[in-house]
Amino acid sequence: MDAYLITIGTLIIIYAITVYGLNVIVGYAGQISLGHAAFFGIGAYASALLTTKAGLSFWEALPIVILLSGLIGIVLGLPSLRLREDFLAITTIGINFIVEALFLYVPYFGGALGIGGIPRVVLFGVKLKGMAFFLLCLGFLALVIFICWWFTRSWGGVACFALREEESAAASVGISPVRFKLLAFVIGTMMAGLGGALYAHYMRFISATDFSFPMSITFLSMIVLGGMGTLWGPLLGAVLLGILPELFRPIVDYRILFYTALLLVMIRFQPAGLLGEGSIVHKWLILKPAGGRP
Amino acid sequence: MQLFFEQLLNGIAMGSIYALVTLGLALVYGILRILHVAHAAVYTVGAYAGLFCYSHTGSLLLAFLGGMIFCSILGVAIERLVYYPLLKYPPYVPLIGSIAIMLSIEEICRLVAGPYILTFPATLPFPEFQLGGVTISSTLTAVYVITTAVLGLLWFISTKTELGLAMRATSQDIPIADAMGINSHAIVSIAFVIGSSIAAIAGILVGIYYNQVYPTMGTVPAYKTLALIVVGGLGSMPGAVIASMLLGVAETLLIGYADIPLPRDALAFIAMIAVLMWRSEGLMGSK
Repeated sequence: MDAYLITIGTLIIIYAITVYGLNVIVGYAGQISLGHAAFFGIGAYASALLTTKAGLSFWEALPIVILLSGLIGIVLGLPSLRLREDFLAITTIGINFIVEALFLYVPYFGGALGIGGIPRVVLFGVKLKGMAFFLLCLGFLALVIFICWWFTRSWGGVACFALREEESAAASVGISPVRFKLLAFVIGTMMAGLGGALYAHYMRFISATDFSFPMSITFLSMIVLGGMGTLWGPLLGAVLLGILPELFRPIVDYRILFYTALLLVMIRFQPAGLLGEGSIVHKWLILKPAGGRP
Repeated sequence: MQLFFEQLLNGIAMGSIYALVTLGLALVYGILRILHVAHAAVYTVGAYAGLFCYSHTGSLLLAFLGGMIFCSILGVAIERLVYYPLLKYPPYVPLIGSIAIMLSIEEICRLVAGPYILTFPATLPFPEFQLGGVTISSTLTAVYVITTAVLGLLWFISTKTELGLAMRATSQDIPIADAMGINSHAIVSIAFVIGSSIAAIAGILVGIYYNQVYPTMGTVPAYKTLALIVVGGLGSMPGAVIASMLLGVAETLLIGYADIPLPRDALAFIAMIAVLMWRSEGLMGSK
């Protein structure tokens, strides 16, 4: 397969891993987050610093990165326990801006120059690149999707759905909003941390602007497009929004306009996403086989 | 000391401009409970429309008028075509829609007017003042006078007229307002006309104040004003004005005097998170 396709494919899969994390927070637990790129960035910076400055290998750093992301996820998820939807949305935007500013202005994080020279991932003594790294990411994606699938069938997932639908009703039957919202935040930010670590070791150079607010919008657009709270929606969204800019390359000047207009049309007419409940594809998939009218 | 006063005056001007943009956001949130991020795009369009009118007619009055009319149409179009049909969905749906509108309008500005910074070579017909060795330039005077006039007019409309009463009723409860014979949809549109006109004024003032008009001039205000309406108390207009003034002064003074390792744009968000933890209804909000 040619290198161009592998590059795009690898990035799509890294984004998909991160977006699955966002789907746990927004889609399953119903906590709007517009700052997911901050957690993606925290994972990337943590892994980059641990491997370049502390001399750990990718595999030694990864558990620390994931735990650290989860820990920061708890701390930054705490506002969600106090805040209603609109406040939470603005707070997460604020978190994204503050984290980006810290990366940019604290000299330890490389400042405006970012961090370069991040080593490649080594597995069984082989440096992974191209197809091999693509397969590694694919393996992680499969693991993430499996965790999401398992989560939706576990008690924790069901509790999150209940909280999403009606918080006070769920609380009155003994579901602790604190515990399960934080659980969703931790799982979501850990996945973002994993995605960030893979991103850092794939790009091998990161800077603060890679993790700015527009990236959060892209992540959110992916689950909006694919279908919030569905199992395959995030993957579909990541693939579509990953491929579309490449297809629009000939009309390079109108690319972003096309992209944003697509998002607008999508949210205006299909707010549940392509695979969400009540969408065109959903009706077609569910009702067609059952003989119902699409 | 002289420098301090100059900084303070600049800070108040910054705050006034923040207040003008934030007011529209607070107005829309008060009535529709939508975070109108695209308001900052309306402000950018206002600056462009004003510049267009000014460079073709040479009249500042026409520039302000043209900007206000064009932005009003844009604001009402956004409300009718996107926000109103999305009201029945959870709040993040119109919010994402709003962000998409914001980015689209930014792109359209870039494609139509070009990606470069245009100059706004106008001087506002206001006098210059000398106050104890500190000069208040005509632009600063204009910012103060125009902001005061807009705030006064808005206060008059919302507290002394029937329109204001209808707007307050609509913001409390749309179905009940409808039942009392208020055409709430028309009131919502009027709120967008007022908010968008003020955004146009703010855009033109910023264009003249910095002598710059460019496609992404709304990006930072778009999110900073969100923080401001939270600090002020969501939907509270006096709160929005006070928060804007405080931020404008704090930003200018901190940049001038304290050597903090954070860009000024993060300050609004830090203030917001502090306010949310300490008094989550905002400065002037009600529980």
